[in-house]
Amino acid sequence: MNINLTMIGQAIAFFIFVVFCMKYVWPPIMAALQERQKKIADGLAASDRAARDLELAQEKSAQELREAKQQAAGLIEQANKRAAQIVEASKDDARKEGQKLIEQAKAEIEQERNQAREALRAEIAVIAVAGAEKILETSVDASKHNEMLEKLAAEL
Amino acid sequence: MAGSASEYIQHHLQNLTYGKLPAGYERLDANGNVVDVLDQATWTMATSASEASDMGFWALHVDSLGWAVGLGLVFLIVFRIAAKRATSGQPGGLQNFVEVMVEFVDQSVKETFHGKNKVIAPLSLTIFCWVFLMNLMDLVPVDFLPQLFHLMGFQYMKVVPTTDVNVTLGMSLSVFALIIYYSLKVKGLGGFLGELTLHPFSSDNLALKVLLIPVNLLLEGVSLLAKPISLALRLFGNLYAGELIFILIALLPLWAQWTLSVPWAIFHILIITLQAFIFMMLTIVYLSMAHEDSH
Repeated sequence: MNINLTMIGQAIAFFIFVVFCMKYVWPPIMAALQERQKKIADGLAASDRAARDLELAQEKSAQELREAKQQAAGLIEQANKRAAQIVEASKDDARKEGQKLIEQAKAEIEQERNQAREALRAEIAVIAVAGAEKILETSVDASKHNEMLEKLAAEL
Repeated sequence: MAGSASEYIQHHLQNLTYGKLPAGYERLDANGNVVDVLDQATWTMATSASEASDMGFWALHVDSLGWAVGLGLVFLIVFRIAAKRATSGQPGGLQNFVEVMVEFVDQSVKETFHGKNKVIAPLSLTIFCWVFLMNLMDLVPVDFLPQLFHLMGFQYMKVVPTTDVNVTLGMSLSVFALIIYYSLKVKGLGGFLGELTLHPFSSDNLALKVLLIPVNLLLEGVSLLAKPISLALRLFGNLYAGELIFILIALLPLWAQWTLSVPWAIFHILIITLQAFIFMMLTIVYLSMAHEDSH
């Protein structure tokens, strides 16, 4: 157990090693550790924030969904009302149109009947004259008896 | 057998020493015959234990210093590689290991030392890893490396640097120098002297106070000086004793050695880690005491 220069050599080596460790080993490792700690903390904070945001978004979407449903219900009601109105209106229109058509048809029928009556009237005069001619076997002056015949026709 | 056993043990406990032999020194061979008389002071490798001790202070334990520096370099290179590759992303295996060590040391320092000091944490890391590696050499079977170096022509080879009191003293005295430095820096010369002379006994009476100064100085001086000595001798004693027991076990017949060496080696894993940890913790405690300006 001799005490000698080894002690001083060891002290010098110790000094150099500590300085090296202090300058080139400790700081980079500590920096990496602290940076990772910060990253993890940031990540956790971000996930918290994201969870909160998600909750908010869900709430908002539920709210909007509710509103949209209400709106849709309102629209449907309105549409139903409107449809009923339209149906009513078109029923009215159809009824009126039908009435009009019926009236038109009636007028046409009336007109035709009148025409037919006129034609019949004209022809009946001729037939009557012809019949009278046959009966009298004489010629009847048409112009002389025309007035009388027309009266007869009017009576028809 | 007794002679050869004690020779074996002494051979194992002898450092490879390079030092200065004075002029007129008689060099002896193994049988005690004078083979050479030096006509001037010579730096040379000691060939026997008596030569090594005759070299006095001007000698180097080449083996202790070589292994210590080599192991220190192993520590620094491994940690430097990890530090260079250090990423704040996903760490690899080496970085994981290094980070565990660094965080462990950092935690120990933070628990004990509350001031601001950039030296203490890296100092503690260096102490822990370096002392651990030096202690670890104790687990290499006692004859492996000495035999290997014997074949390479080295007469002595002690591979566990911490079984050399010079190594442990070199470290503890460095720590002691730091204690003095930080005491002076934090408390000032007056504060440091006051701490040494005015405690633990103090009085309001000025005369009595002056009278108590020598007593206090003696007590505090002893406790101050005991720090480096106890730090060095605790580590040295534990490792020296452990090494000695390994050497004694190696004296047993080959077939019986494992029954003792295996349990002792397993137990020794605990001791070497614990001693490295204790050296580190006490360094932290001493330095934090040096920083406390409580008086």
